[in-house]
Amino acid sequence: MNKLFFKIFTLTIGFSFLYFPILTLIAYSFNDNKRVMVWKGFSLRWYKELFQNEQILEAFYTSLKIASLSATFATIMGVMIGFSLTRISKIPARPFFIFLSSSPLVMPEIILGLSLLLFFISSNHIIGFPSSKGQLTVLISHITFSVAFVAVIIQSRLSSYDKNIEEAAQDLGTIPNMIFWKVTAPVILPAILSGWLLAFTLSLDDLVVASFTTGPGANTLPIVVFSKVRLGLSPEVNALSAIIMLIVILAAISIYLINRSNIKK
Amino acid sequence: MIKNLKKQNVWFVFTPYLWLVLFFFVPLALIFKISISVSEWGMPPYRDLFSFSENGLKINSTLGNYLFIFSDPFYIRSYLNSLSLAFTSTVLCLLIGYPIAFYVAKSKPSIRNILLIMLIIPFWSSFLLRVYAWKVLLQGSGIINSVLIHIGLITEPISMLHNHYAVILGVVYTYLPFMILPLYGYLVKFDLNLIDASNDLGAKPLNTFVKVILPLSLPGIVAGSMLVFIPVVGEYIIPEMLGGSDKLYFGKIIWDEFFVNRDWPIASALAMSGIVILVFPIIIFQLMYAKYNFKNE
Repeated sequence: MNKLFFKIFTLTIGFSFLYFPILTLIAYSFNDNKRVMVWKGFSLRWYKELFQNEQILEAFYTSLKIASLSATFATIMGVMIGFSLTRISKIPARPFFIFLSSSPLVMPEIILGLSLLLFFISSNHIIGFPSSKGQLTVLISHITFSVAFVAVIIQSRLSSYDKNIEEAAQDLGTIPNMIFWKVTAPVILPAILSGWLLAFTLSLDDLVVASFTTGPGANTLPIVVFSKVRLGLSPEVNALSAIIMLIVILAAISIYLINRSNIKK
Repeated sequence: MIKNLKKQNVWFVFTPYLWLVLFFFVPLALIFKISISVSEWGMPPYRDLFSFSENGLKINSTLGNYLFIFSDPFYIRSYLNSLSLAFTSTVLCLLIGYPIAFYVAKSKPSIRNILLIMLIIPFWSSFLLRVYAWKVLLQGSGIINSVLIHIGLITEPISMLHNHYAVILGVVYTYLPFMILPLYGYLVKFDLNLIDASNDLGAKPLNTFVKVILPLSLPGIVAGSMLVFIPVVGEYIIPEMLGGSDKLYFGKIIWDEFFVNRDWPIASALAMSGIVILVFPIIIFQLMYAKYNFKNE
């Protein structure tokens, strides 16, 4: 009895801590007052203003575009790294390759952002590419730091599954070139999907690297939100938080339901 | 046939290889170069490392930027502040996260899955907005102050923002899911019968925890701590939003040197020193830990 009480107590406190700030933010997004924390009455005013705010809407599209492109390229290269490190023995300067593909994981984003910005400026001076900072430079930077995360996921999946399947396919006469596409890729598909999803969220959430590498016309959502809340509060951002939370909760519930129906099958 | 395989392999190895050399390694080499350059007015705001004059090749390299950083307690303190922030918040996340992960893992499967989804939701939602939520809560007119005034604990709103306690709170809050999820991953695989066995053999609950549960969840503790410690060391957003001037952190110093002072060589030297002081120890720890695990297997 005592144990059960302690368990419920811990979980209640823990989850309240996790949810209290988010829920407060959502509650106050319906507040009809410019001063965020002084309750005046229920209204949908900030949602209306949010959907009329061109700057936020445009930043949202930019972010979605960069995140989906970045996730796709990062996943392709992450799969290549994972496959190379687990299946290909002859890699020139293998330890260097391992270093390159794993150290972005431990590199503070501020250092990554600074080094990429200085690189883009220098390469613009020397070869004229990239011609200006903008969506392309943010995209390149996001791909660069996401690759390592995808590679880790793919690598752990590839090293835990039975290589004999690939050998069996070879014995049965599958062209080596096709083994990856017909055997390996389908088996690691869940890992590929979760790698893509992780890279997508990393890009969508990134503020620091994007702030360094962005230029005119390439303001991502976090950059715009940060500029709004850096010095004060913004009721529009409250409304935005509520919408983002709703999307995340719906996504989480649908994944939960899909998982449950899969288990039942 | 073998030729085909090799062709594919070449693509598989060299596409990411080239990408990472070009966009990860070369930029790092570049900030190393700039960190030993002499700063000067102009664009780019540093002197070229090599210059040709009447007397032939001249190398304009200097260690001055590093000497400057390490002779100024301001910069050294910011490194120490970042390390202590990362350490404190990792320990706090572990202390708060462990019991949560433990009880979620020990729940009935039906409840467990719902609780797991509830852990993942904050993990997925925007980092920046979760920090912002605390900014809203801790305001002078914020809900915490209002409640405290209402119950008569204080008469005037107290300022809870813009100090390093707010930073610690913000960090613990935003990084807690990064600690809980890997811990949960190891604890859920854990055979509960081991606890009963330990109890049946006469171990006290504390003994069972220290001698059975804790060692078996060690990989989860290490993984979670790494996921918290590493990003917090270079954290910029949380100190900027919730912190004040009482403690400055490494991430913010680099940001200001670059964007406010426009001193590229100093910013680069700070970044390189950051890699040596903050990142190398982590890499060395990971290598040692991997070796230790390998031996134990």
